[in-house]
Amino acid sequence: MKISGAKIVVETLIEQGCNTVFGYPGGQVINLFDELYLCRDRIKHVLTAHEQGASHAADGYARATGKVGVVIATSGPGATNLVTGIATAYLDSVPMVAITGNVPCSLIGRDSFQEVDIVGVTMPVTKHNFIVKDVSELADTLRMAFKIAKSGRPGPVLVDIPKDVQIAKCDFTPESQPVVPYPLSFAPDEKLKEAAELINSCERPYIYFGGGIIAGKASDELVALADKIDAPLGCSLMGLSAVPSDNPHFLGMQGMHGHYASSVAEDEADLVIALGARFSDRATGNLKRFAKNFRIVHIDIDSAELDKNVSANLSVQGDIKDALERLTAMVEEKKHEAWSARIEELRSDEARRIESARSGRELDPFAIVDIVSEYEENANIVTDVGQHQMWTAQRYPLKKPRTFLTSGGLGTMGFGMGAAIGAAEATGRRSILFTGDGSFGMNLNELATSVTQNTPLTVVIMNNGVLGMVRQWQTLFFDKHYSNTTLDGRKTDFVKLAEAFGAKGTRVFTKDELRNAVQESFAYNGTFIIDCAVDCDEFVLPMLPPGGSIDDIITEIK
Amino acid sequence: MAKQYIIGVIVSNLSGVLSRVSGMFTRRSFNIDSLTVGETESSEFSRITIAFHGDEEVKDRIIRQLDKLHDVKEVQVLDKHETVIRELLLIKIRNKPETRQDIMTAVEIFRSKIVDYYPSSLTIELTGETSKIDAFIELVKPYGIMEMCRTGIVAVERGERCLKTVK
Repeated sequence: MKISGAKIVVETLIEQGCNTVFGYPGGQVINLFDELYLCRDRIKHVLTAHEQGASHAADGYARATGKVGVVIATSGPGATNLVTGIATAYLDSVPMVAITGNVPCSLIGRDSFQEVDIVGVTMPVTKHNFIVKDVSELADTLRMAFKIAKSGRPGPVLVDIPKDVQIAKCDFTPESQPVVPYPLSFAPDEKLKEAAELINSCERPYIYFGGGIIAGKASDELVALADKIDAPLGCSLMGLSAVPSDNPHFLGMQGMHGHYASSVAEDEADLVIALGARFSDRATGNLKRFAKNFRIVHIDIDSAELDKNVSANLSVQGDIKDALERLTAMVEEKKHEAWSARIEELRSDEARRIESARSGRELDPFAIVDIVSEYEENANIVTDVGQHQMWTAQRYPLKKPRTFLTSGGLGTMGFGMGAAIGAAEATGRRSILFTGDGSFGMNLNELATSVTQNTPLTVVIMNNGVLGMVRQWQTLFFDKHYSNTTLDGRKTDFVKLAEAFGAKGTRVFTKDELRNAVQESFAYNGTFIIDCAVDCDEFVLPMLPPGGSIDDIITEIK
Repeated sequence: MAKQYIIGVIVSNLSGVLSRVSGMFTRRSFNIDSLTVGETESSEFSRITIAFHGDEEVKDRIIRQLDKLHDVKEVQVLDKHETVIRELLLIKIRNKPETRQDIMTAVEIFRSKIVDYYPSSLTIELTGETSKIDAFIELVKPYGIMEMCRTGIVAVERGERCLKTVK
């Protein structure tokens, strides 16, 4: 039977197992939205306040589940508003399909109303993208988009569909199953043997893992390797939640604002085993001074990451879960007593440094994180970008993979609201968004969405009246020239703001007030803002200065 | 150490593929010396020949990034010593009685040919490796180059070796 292109899109989405999409209607997707209306009992559309929010929501949906997130926007400004969200997903390897309408084929290239070459615009921030000019290719193109998005190292794919293609009719036969990803490639045996030899002969191993462990579902295999070779574990921001924070080998995040113990341990190691990580500048510091003392084994699914930022002594391409399983079988069981003792020394050194660097104020950032985590069970922990993000990343006790959602690679302020809504939609569980007054200000319009959807959402604003992360740099490196980082002129009342949007809100100054607010918010099936008063001179520590190395680590600011 | 590499790339014959390939070079700050693209024996595929300068690390990064593009089907580094490399030059030179004979001699020695003759201009076609083309241009420069156009490098390996995808 012949059906319209718009219906083909909706039927293909359903066929691919997609039951929730995020988006915003517009002139060139009216046909598609008409089909979404007709199929509203089979697929839910979540209307956001802004297309950027929809793109982050699709991203949050994908991060929380591993499924492909889908976002729909109209042509022109609708499409360009997705770009930040698509780039955010691209940098953090999140599977996403973005569907945009475009002007009819006959109007393309004429600078028609709301026309933009979104395929050209998004080429460098997508895994791949398509424009479909023939309705007979529409279903297969969408299937291919899903296939590419979830294969190997996941990522976003955009499909641009001109309006006349949505209107045109064509035969459609649904597939019985969602598309299967391309087969994974597996690490060659001899490479893993070499890796095992390097591991067997080292004395101070250190495992540096990234988001690849989560995407590759390799948490158990990672812990098994660390146990067998008695190696400390540290990770990039994207690696957080892959292993429980209380794992005895786990030292926390490393890098610019990472844990002191993990950054120092890496520097003192004689072998760094990098797993599903990409040696981002935020994780390594100055590359010229990185890796002076240790050898590197690097395993990743994406061969383009091998030797990209750091030349490893041994680079292995392959599925991380399989590689770890086989590698663990090959290595000798070891105990590194001197090394373990040194790690313990670093841990207690770190604990001392953290306590001495804490301001002692009633509601310092770690106190906020600690109190929220005391009452939280099983929530999606989401952050925006800035100081609050690092405080949460350093401190929050995470239990299970995919429970920590943060914009790592792109560092997108304003990511949090959309992502928190998407994660709650996907999991049916509460989202807790840690944000700052700066980040929250970027996309707080999405309160309209969370209120509409009755999203169980607790927004914890670490409100210090400044753009704290930039201000911290200005304090340290720009003679305290607080250029455009002071927000106290804004006078935004977040409690009234919450009420204006139909949410609840309260402002807290003390630990007890925060405890009460957290409990109240968890009992409330809707959006609840907790506006926490934080001092503007709270710093994120430790800090490896940009371009610096472990030798320059700052653990205290007087 | 930086040297010139020549790679053969088989891509899907679709619109936008050239943008994806050249865009990757721009985005990652790799420089292209020469890029040519044309049909292959199969209408499904095009073949791109790219020459660039870089050390081995840069070469590996370029190949891995190209390999990642969905429309790129095969990437092969061509061993310069085992590869036929050609470029085509069309060059229009002032035709003056006092220099005509010298130009004719150069045309003969370089085994090029005159493809257009006009009282005031001569158009010459020359194929060869890049160094030969460069040398010819240098040689005729004093006679007055009116315009020129070169294709960039195309290359295939000698003997039995082929890029496989098209088969």
